[in-house]
Amino acid sequence: MTDAVLLQTIMFYIFAAITVASGVMVISARNPVHSVLFLILAFFNSAGLFILLGAEFLAMILVIVYVGAVAVLFLFVVMMLDIDFARLRSGFMRYLPIGALIGAILLAELILIFGSWAIAPGIEGLKAAPMTATAAHGAMTNTRALGDLIYTRYVLAFQIAGLILLVAMIGAIVLTLRRRGGVRRQRIAAQLARSRAQSVAVVNVPVGGGAGEPVEPVAAGE
Amino acid sequence: MAEFWHGYLLPLLITIGEILCVVVPLLVAIAYYTYAERKVLAYSQLRKGPNVVGPLGLLQPIADAIKMLFKETIVPSSANRVLFIAAPIVSTALALVAWAVIPFDTGVVISNINVGILYLFAISSLGVYGIIIAGWASNSRYAFLGALRSAAQMVSYEVSIGFVLVTVLLCAGSLNLTDIVMAQRTVWFFIPLFPMFVVFFISGLAETNRAPFDLPEGESEIVAGFHVEYSAMTWLLFFMAEYGNMILVSAMTTILFLGGWLAPFNIEPFSGFLGHVWALLWLLGKILFVMFCILWVRATFPRFRYDQLMRLGWKVFLPLSLFWLVLTAGVLVATGWVPSH
Repeated sequence: MTDAVLLQTIMFYIFAAITVASGVMVISARNPVHSVLFLILAFFNSAGLFILLGAEFLAMILVIVYVGAVAVLFLFVVMMLDIDFARLRSGFMRYLPIGALIGAILLAELILIFGSWAIAPGIEGLKAAPMTATAAHGAMTNTRALGDLIYTRYVLAFQIAGLILLVAMIGAIVLTLRRRGGVRRQRIAAQLARSRAQSVAVVNVPVGGGAGEPVEPVAAGE
Repeated sequence: MAEFWHGYLLPLLITIGEILCVVVPLLVAIAYYTYAERKVLAYSQLRKGPNVVGPLGLLQPIADAIKMLFKETIVPSSANRVLFIAAPIVSTALALVAWAVIPFDTGVVISNINVGILYLFAISSLGVYGIIIAGWASNSRYAFLGALRSAAQMVSYEVSIGFVLVTVLLCAGSLNLTDIVMAQRTVWFFIPLFPMFVVFFISGLAETNRAPFDLPEGESEIVAGFHVEYSAMTWLLFFMAEYGNMILVSAMTTILFLGGWLAPFNIEPFSGFLGHVWALLWLLGKILFVMFCILWVRATFPRFRYDQLMRLGWKVFLPLSLFWLVLTAGVLVATGWVPSH
């Protein structure tokens, strides 16, 4: 074993150990905020594992998307919500069978895949030479390789995934959007659409008579 | 032993030396940026600013630092101790590690990685954690409100920053920061991408929680926001993070839009060592200019209201940057200017 490989192996075990340990802490920490923070630690170390694999693009995207956006929202929600820990814990035994079942299924699937049980023989070829379509380009960065594959061979899957996300996003907005009465909002368009005639009135004031009744300007956006 | 020396120890020492070469001047710059801010604000308001400690008040940052070092760090009794101390450390560390990929000249960079711009984006998107953790760990209403504001604000503006970065990537054809600068040899990107340049600068202000977007601090309504419970070194670390981030955003603006270390019209009167000095001077000059603009904005504009801030981010910048991204891609494809490597 050469020195470089040894160093990589050591780094791998460090990252992997921290990932697994923080994964355990995510589900066992008493405070949900601590759980989310451990989740972030787990994401980070997974990014480290990706870098060891030479997949620097995936590592950065993992940090940007999961740590930088998703986990922020998690943290946001967990901090804002008033979570009743006692009630949360009381359901533990009730949900244990279902959780254990799901865990067992996932474990079985992982064993199926990594136990080299060829479920779909076509996949084996892909696994052996995933980059055949672009092998002619020779050495390329993995950002470029991913781009070449996603926008050529997998363009349909990519677009469909994007479309599903778009629909989900619009659905979430539609479900949560509500217009309440009695809320004063700034309406920029109405403000900008105001004309001089609507807002200023020139009054010829007689001496000693005062300006009289104020001329109501047409209020913006009413 | 010799193998160990050449294989590990020497590269390690060289890397540590490189890091010190970047971080030490950076820390000095952070210290004197606070001084510059006070001076610029003072002259904008017809005052003199700090002028007592040392000639022209130049020793003021050092006096401030000494004061902070000798004050007592107070941890509130109901605070979460570990996270309370960790938050400022995280903030400052993130502000410093981003400099690992900033190139100062062709090849003069600590780590010339392929995905440099993504690294910068990732690190800057992590900056929010220091603030959220601080706000939560302080166990104070004001700090918590500041943290929530900050989280919403930074996440919102990150989206448009992301689109701006993609637009620049399209024009440069690379995610490597050195390549991005070299792609600007023909024209600096702020000319063809001017709207994106403006969006990036303003989003950068919002991302660093600077005026006019400094709602997380909002003295008038939430005292000092997320760092209301902090004192002495911990407080100092937050401020180092803030000023470090401002310098970082200035450097990013320079590298992405203002041609980095390139002189205008590629004037290169010197070669060899003087050539590097020339390039460095241009880079520093541009960074200083952007840094001054940040202070200038603070001296000029009043703070945004919260709903205006959100509106600007989601309803103005996001559609604008999306549109400009599609337009840029369309123009590049239509004219055949797509950069190829």
